[in-house]
Amino acid sequence: MITETLLVFQRQMRILLRNPVWVMFGLTQPILYLVLFGPLLTEVRGGGLGGDDSWRIFVPGLLLQLAIFGAGFAGFGIIQELREGVIDRQRVTPARRLSLILGRTLQNMVTIGVQAVVLILVAIPFGLDPSWGGVLASIVLVCVLAIGISAASYAMGLILKDEDAFAPFIQGVSLPLLLLSGILLPMSLAPKWLETVSEVNPLTHVVDGARSLFRGDFGDGDVLLGAGIAIALSALLAIWGARVFQRQSA
Amino acid sequence: MPDSPLISVRGLARRFKTREGSVDAVRGIDFDVRADEIVGLLGPNGAGKTTTLRMLTTLLEPSSGSATVAGHDLATQPREVRRRIGYVAQVGAAPSAGTIVGEELVTQARLQGLSKTDAAARLRELAPSLTLEGLTGRALMELSGGQRRRFDIALRLMHNPSVVFLDEPTTGLDPQSRANLWDLVRSLRERTGVTILLTTHYLEEADALADRILVMDHGALIADDTSAALKARISGDVIHLTFDEGLEEAERIAREALTPRDLVTADGALNITVDEGAVAVAPLLRALDAGGLSPTSVNVSRPSLDDVFLTLTGRSLREEETAAA
Repeated sequence: MITETLLVFQRQMRILLRNPVWVMFGLTQPILYLVLFGPLLTEVRGGGLGGDDSWRIFVPGLLLQLAIFGAGFAGFGIIQELREGVIDRQRVTPARRLSLILGRTLQNMVTIGVQAVVLILVAIPFGLDPSWGGVLASIVLVCVLAIGISAASYAMGLILKDEDAFAPFIQGVSLPLLLLSGILLPMSLAPKWLETVSEVNPLTHVVDGARSLFRGDFGDGDVLLGAGIAIALSALLAIWGARVFQRQSA
Repeated sequence: MPDSPLISVRGLARRFKTREGSVDAVRGIDFDVRADEIVGLLGPNGAGKTTTLRMLTTLLEPSSGSATVAGHDLATQPREVRRRIGYVAQVGAAPSAGTIVGEELVTQARLQGLSKTDAAARLRELAPSLTLEGLTGRALMELSGGQRRRFDIALRLMHNPSVVFLDEPTTGLDPQSRANLWDLVRSLRERTGVTILLTTHYLEEADALADRILVMDHGALIADDTSAALKARISGDVIHLTFDEGLEEAERIAREALTPRDLVTADGALNITVDEGAVAVAPLLRALDAGGLSPTSVNVSRPSLDDVFLTLTGRSLREEETAAA
């Protein structure tokens, strides 16, 4: 199973590396937020914001945005693969269904890991001064989440089979998730009802965890909760994705 | 197990649920394919050919019925089936940038369970027989239609399957590439003894390639025989007459003038099956003339699979081909 997963991963990586421009393409949105929106937060007071501290709140949010959009859009790729016949071709092999989806999600994970590193490097000159151990742990957290989100995105791509159906779906899901996780501004600034709603969003806890990590509070309860949620959510989504891979038929 | 069939299908059915209700794409079919055979599944678009193939290749779960493929049960041992089959689907969309012929072949072989060295050796062995040598470093995007098709077939032969399924193998190919592909399929069987089940809606393709033809229509098998036996079923020549007007009158006259084995009107034309077409045509034309009818064209032909289909279903396969195109 490991061999099969690596085979699929290597194939996807080869294709990606021949067109590495896509890796940079996925970075444009978070970098635009960083450059054109981030500086506003240094002037805002409250919720831990203000001055260079703002970057320790804002950059973890951008990492999550990277995972939600970057991995969330993975399903577009599998719709193309479905059309090319690659998916059926691989499904007719004895390879395990979980390997077929995991190999793909590993490629998304690596892409998002690299993008996360670039994003943090870009944030340093703006005044980001985090706990570097926490940054490393946050990148791992985001990578774990990327596996689950891309697996779910692949599964939805297989179910919907069509870009015209997938695009509104992914927009409709990712934007509320993004806003409700307090990525742009911390939810502690929110009115009570909004804060309550955001508590239900598992991604809120992952962002909170990453923010604690950036501060260097490794022992914080948020960290444990965020990591636990990221791992559990990813595992569930990956298993669901594999089942869809098994079941879905054109 | 030389005598047990390599594919054995019993009561295989598939129902799809759509917004308008449920559609029976395949309605409980039975057939066997022996080792070494090339069997053609012939039928118009929408007859259920691809659905049948997708069930036999483990891609689609049957609604009911069972099948064994290459000695293993489809429902209970799908992985064992997958080890032993190759499924060449219909031509897909344009391949992604960044895919390379040789790499794709090796990856596919390795997913089938071959080791790295075995896969590389197999590539060297297989490429020349599919005239893909010199193309292994080429990007998939740069392949011509015929090359792409040969690559598609090579992909599914990397693991030396004992059964190969070909879905509409020559659709969209130019006549030259099509003839080449037919040669390839024949030589494949001769060299490797692989069993082949192919679907087609080209009569001449089934005729040229298949030892045996299964005719499929509306999800059911309506005939299962050799091409020669199917033609013998009509056992006679077909006089094909077209009329601008008076088709019904012409039909009546023809029935009186001849004792036709079969008579079918379709699409403004009269198809009369008689024992000896050349002998029957003169009295027929005289009778039509006496009735004041003159056909716009007359054609006498030896039976073709098109006629077989027409006899079996009352519809011409060619009409549907044009309609679909």
